[in-house]
Amino acid sequence: MQTPEQTDYIIETAGLTKEFRGFTAVNNVNLKVRRGSIHALIGPNGAGKTTCFNLITKFLTPTRGTIHFNGRDITALKPADIARLGLVRSFQISATFPHLTLVENVRLALQRAAGLHYQFWRSEHALDKLNGRAMELLSDFGLADHAHLTAVELSYGRKRALELATTLALEPEMLLLDEPMAGMGGEDIARVAELIRKAAKNRTVLMVEHNLSVVASLSDKITVLARGEILAEGSYAEVSGKPEVIEAYMGTGASTGGAAQEAHAGATA
Amino acid sequence: MNGKNLEVLVMAGLFVLLLAAPFVVYPVLMMQMLCFALFASAFNLLIGYVGLLSFGHAMFFGGAAYITAHTVKVMGFPPEAGILAGTLAAAVLALATGVLAIRRQGIYFAMVTLALAQMVYFYCLQSPYTGGEDGIQGVPRGRMFGMIDLSNDLTLYYVVLAIFTFGFFVIYRTIHSPFGQVLKAIRENEPRAISLGYRVDQYKLMAFVLSGTLAGLAGSTKAIVFQLASLTDAAWQMSGEVVLMTLLGGLGTVIGPAVGAILIILMQEKFKTLGDWVLVTQGVVFVLTVLLFRKGIAGEIAAYATRIRR
Ligand SMILES: Nc1ncnc2c1ncn2[C@@H]1O[C@H](COP(=O)(O)OP(=O)(O)OP(=O)(O)O)[C@@H](O)[C@H]1O
Ligand SMILES: [Mg+2]
Repeated sequence: MQTPEQTDYIIETAGLTKEFRGFTAVNNVNLKVRRGSIHALIGPNGAGKTTCFNLITKFLTPTRGTIHFNGRDITALKPADIARLGLVRSFQISATFPHLTLVENVRLALQRAAGLHYQFWRSEHALDKLNGRAMELLSDFGLADHAHLTAVELSYGRKRALELATTLALEPEMLLLDEPMAGMGGEDIARVAELIRKAAKNRTVLMVEHNLSVVASLSDKITVLARGEILAEGSYAEVSGKPEVIEAYMGTGASTGGAAQEAHAGATA
Repeated sequence: MNGKNLEVLVMAGLFVLLLAAPFVVYPVLMMQMLCFALFASAFNLLIGYVGLLSFGHAMFFGGAAYITAHTVKVMGFPPEAGILAGTLAAAVLALATGVLAIRRQGIYFAMVTLALAQMVYFYCLQSPYTGGEDGIQGVPRGRMFGMIDLSNDLTLYYVVLAIFTFGFFVIYRTIHSPFGQVLKAIRENEPRAISLGYRVDQYKLMAFVLSGTLAGLAGSTKAIVFQLASLTDAAWQMSGEVVLMTLLGGLGTVIGPAVGAILIILMQEKFKTLGDWVLVTQGVVFVLTVLLFRKGIAGEIAAYATRIRR
């Protein structure tokens, strides 16, 4: 059963719940992400944001509930197969292949689509034809000069940029970004925000981010999560005015500006 | 010169040494070294490039040795067909055991492979075809392709060298292939590889089968060289020995495991007169290597070469 309203949403979860030995990390979450939008998932530390990502990408199995992607039930799929459908995630702790070069890192995202992944009898020079595209992506992220370093030699901000470049190399239909700005300085933040905006032109982005000024400027819609449950949903202006949101962030009632600063401080500390 | 060129240069140098070796060293000893060098290199494909510690590789080495010995001695296969049969049997065994083991991680993977290898061991002990405690002795070396007389040690040495070179080349190619690149990605960061859409179990299984098959090729060749397949080949100590060889030479290096195997075989040969003390000596050498060269002998040399090039 697929009605027109349903297909407006690229992701739809219903009653999504995850319990860890009696502790409910995600509780009855009904999340809808509109196709082509940038949707932010925010909330205090431990709210269950990363767990939500793990459930949607099947890195964790939900205790209850269903997940639909493009109207298709993906609740029973394996994580690699979710990625193959075009729903690709990044990780909260930057995820690269540390002892491979930047070119090799990005190329790994290109190899599968190019059919260069099972051949053990061919020389790795067969991969050279992917170098051009890999370099293109690296220069988009200001990493071209470092292309032949290994990932472990990069600064934290650049590792995140590399991770994003690798993710985008897959040309995913939808991106799940878990705190893409964490650990970055002001300049990097501005650049990565621009890259996300560019990447989102023809795809959907669901993003966890503590930097609320980034959230305010980038996202079309915001979902606030607290103690595993959806607390509020709407535009930044709608959400940031709600007393329960302020309270969740501050513990007590305080100004929204304070909430933003608090969250920012928490992210950069 | 980059690391890969250096690697090729060292391998070419070693190959020339191997060509000349039987005129200096007793050929049977050299052949033993080559068989174990291939065995350790095959094992390293799994531990060094996928990060999976198998503690049951003796089942492929020993299993293949028994099949080759049986097909050649009892069924009258020519040596090349016997080696092929043993190697194929190892491939099938690796596929069957790999499917069971590959889903486990870390120490559980080691335990499952050990348990499966023990089952193979007990089969070899009990089965009417394997000669029990005696093993299968007096396997004729025969004529390869009906013309090359293998009873001559020197001739056999070059056949074994050809087999070793082939097996080593397959491993080298695998490591430096598009598939090898995916294996490295899995070893480096498995969740990230999954999130890029790689069904990692499939690549691990493929690596396991390749590794087991080549370990089988080593065991089959050994059966022809020594004209013998015995319980020693399939016992858990053999699985342990290949771990030791690999660590000693340098886990995850191309040449290291072969170097480690050669050193261990040399040591066992030199200290033969010490009897049980061989094990103690071996243990001491092993502990010293692990303490002094964390990356193994070849690993430390490679690291040193990288340092002076900077
Ligand atoms: N594998 C696990 N086992 C047990 N508890 C877990 C597990 N993963 C997460 N949790 C718990 O679930 C809760 C939600 O964690 P989660 O990582 O989803 O929070 P988050 O919103 O991403 O927080 P942060 O902003 O700090 O990243 C936390 O209390 C955490 O301790
Ligand atoms: Mg988190």
